[in-house]
Amino acid sequence: MKRILVAIKRVVDYNVRIRVKPDGTGVVTDGVKMSINPFDEIALEEALRLKEKGLAEEVIVVTIGPSDCQQQLRTGLAMGADRAIHVQTDAIIEPLVAARVLHKLAEKEQVMLAILGKQAIDDDASQTGQILAALWGRPQATFASRVEIEGGTATVTREVDAGLETLNVDLPAVITTDLRLNEPRYVKLPDIMKAKKKPLDILDLASLGVEALQQVQMVKFEPPAQRSRGVMVKDAQELFAALQKKGLV
Amino acid sequence: MSKILIIAEHDGSRLNQATAKCVTCAAAVAGAEITVAVFAADSAAVAAQAAQLAGVARVLRVDHPANAQPVAATLAPQLAALANGYTHVFGPSTTFGKDLMPRVAGLLGAPQLSDIMAVESATRFRRPMYAGNAIVTVEVAAGTQLVATVRTASFEAAGSGGNAPVEAAAVQVELPTHTRFVSVSAARSDRPDLQTAARVVSGGRALGSAENFQILYSLADRMAAAVGASRAAVDAGYAANDMQVGQTGKIISPELYLCFGISGAIQHLTGIKDARTIVAVNKDSEAPIFEIADIGLVGDLFQIAPELERLIAAAK
Ligand SMILES: Cc1cc2nc3c(=O)[nH]c(=O)nc-3n(C[C@H](O)[C@H](O)[C@H](O)COP(=O)(O)OP(=O)(O)OC[C@H]3O[C@@H](n4cnc5c(N)ncnc54)[C@H](O)[C@@H]3O)c2cc1C
Repeated sequence: MKRILVAIKRVVDYNVRIRVKPDGTGVVTDGVKMSINPFDEIALEEALRLKEKGLAEEVIVVTIGPSDCQQQLRTGLAMGADRAIHVQTDAIIEPLVAARVLHKLAEKEQVMLAILGKQAIDDDASQTGQILAALWGRPQATFASRVEIEGGTATVTREVDAGLETLNVDLPAVITTDLRLNEPRYVKLPDIMKAKKKPLDILDLASLGVEALQQVQMVKFEPPAQRSRGVMVKDAQELFAALQKKGLV
Repeated sequence: MSKILIIAEHDGSRLNQATAKCVTCAAAVAGAEITVAVFAADSAAVAAQAAQLAGVARVLRVDHPANAQPVAATLAPQLAALANGYTHVFGPSTTFGKDLMPRVAGLLGAPQLSDIMAVESATRFRRPMYAGNAIVTVEVAAGTQLVATVRTASFEAAGSGGNAPVEAAAVQVELPTHTRFVSVSAARSDRPDLQTAARVVSGGRALGSAENFQILYSLADRMAAAVGASRAAVDAGYAANDMQVGQTGKIISPELYLCFGISGAIQHLTGIKDARTIVAVNKDSEAPIFEIADIGLVGDLFQIAPELERLIAAAK
C-alpha cells in the first residue's frame, strides 16, 4: 500500500501573543489556545491531495507528546487522514528523538513519503525532517512550494534564499513544507463526527525502542529586548527631513 | 579547547557574507580555533576568499564534481566525515544552512542549536523561540559535539586581513545518487541583496499588485536599497518568494527598514527586529507596526512613496 506519513505537532496557536513566564522557566501555556502547527497542516493537506489524485492510498498522521495532543490528531483525522498514531510521552522531545521515532514508524509502515512542516512555530528549530532523512538514508526536499510525484520520484520546487530551486528525488523521501505549497482545507462538522470512528493507535517510546534523550537544557527564558515607539511625522517632507538628519538618505 | 568547523556558503565563485558572520560567532567562543571548509566543484577562488577572513586558522578544500550544487544529501556525509575531531560545526541560518546542518547533526547523532544569536560559552548559547518572542539560554554538557546554525542578523561580518593556509582535504565517503539537482531560478537584479543591504524598502498587501510594486522599486533604486515584502504580498503574487521578510522568510538587520502598507504582524516583526532604524508608512494610525517604528507616518503610500522619491532626487 502506498502510504504517506505526516508528522503533526501541537503548538501555541499562531495568533496568541506569547508571554514569557515571570520565573523564566518557559512561556505561558495555561488557558492558551493550542493548534496544529500551521506548517504541519500544510503537510497534511498536501498528503490528502496526493491521495485524492490517486498517487497515495493511505495517509497516517502521527504526533509525539502528552495526551492532550490527541485533539490535534483528531483534527487531522477530520481533515481527512485515514488513521492516527499517538506516541504518548510527557518527556521533552528534541528534534533528534522525534526523528528517531518517525524513522521507526516510516520503516514499520513502509511509507513512500514522510511530509513534515519545515519548522514548528514554538521552538522554530527547523530540524526534524532533515534529521529523519539522514537517519533513514533517504532524500530530503525541504521548504517545498510545489510537489509532483511521477514514476517513483518526486520533483520538488523549494523556496531558497536565491529564489526557487528544483530537486528530483527517488522515493521514499522526506518533504518539508513551506507556506505557499497549498492552503489547508477547513474541517466540516460531519467530518469531525466521522473522525471519531477512525483508528487512533497509542504507542510509547519504549515500544519503538527510542529513548527520550535530552541533550539540550533550556536554562532560562527571557522576553526579547523591546523596541519602543518612536516619533510620528506628518508628511513626506517631514519624513525626508528626519531621514536626512539620521544620514539615511 | 574548542575547534570549530564552519561550512562556507558560496555560489561557486563568491563567498557569501553569511560565512563571515559565522566566523564572528565562532570567534566569540573563547580560544576557538576556526576552520572553514569549502565544498565545490573547484573551490580555489572561494577558498582564497575564506582564507582572508580575520580569525580563520585554516581553510579546507573539498573539490568534487558532485559538489557543484549545494545539495544537502550530498554535502552532509562529507561534512559529517570532516567533522571528526571538531567540538562545534557551524553553518549559517540561511536556507542553505537550515537545509544542510540538521542532516549533518542527524548523521553525527549530535544536538543542533538553531539560530544562535549570542555566545555565552563554548557550551552555552542564546537563541530565539516563538518567532523571537522568547529568548532562551540553552546549554549542552561539556564534551558534547555540537552542531549549530548562526543567526546571521545577530553578528557583524568578520573583517579581512587574514592569511590562513589552504589545504585540500580528502573525504572518503560514498555519495548518494537518490537526489538530483534540476535547476535554480534566481531572479537576478542589479539591486543590493536583501540579506546584506544597508537599506531596505518593503511593501505589503496594500500595494495591491505586482505592477504597483514598481513604485517601491523606483524609490529603492533612488536610495540604493534592496526591496522586501510581507508574506501577504508574496502570497498574493505581488513579489517573489525570495523577498519575504519575517519568521519564515529572511531575518535582516539593515541600517534602514522603510516599509509601506505593512500592518506589523508578529511574524513579520521578527524579521526586522535588528534593523537600526524602522520607518513605517501606513494609512491606519492603529497599525501595530507603529508600536515599534522609530519614525512613523500615517498616510497613503501611493502618495507618499513617489513624493519621497522626488524629494530624494531633488536633494541630490
Ligand atoms: C506560520 C506563519 C508564518 C508567517 N510568516 C510570515 C513571514 O515570514 N513574514 C510575514 O510578513 N508574514 C508572515 N506571516 C503572515 C502574517 O501573520 C501576516 O498575515 C502578514 O505579515 C500580513 O502582511 P501585510 O502586513 O502585508 O498585510 P495586512 O496585515 O493586510 O496589512 C496591510 C496594511 O496595509 C495598510 N494599508 C492599506 N492600504 C494602504 C495605503 N494605501 N497606504 C498605506 N497603508 C495602507 C493597512 O492599514 C494594513 O495595516 C506568517 C503567518 C503564519 C501563520
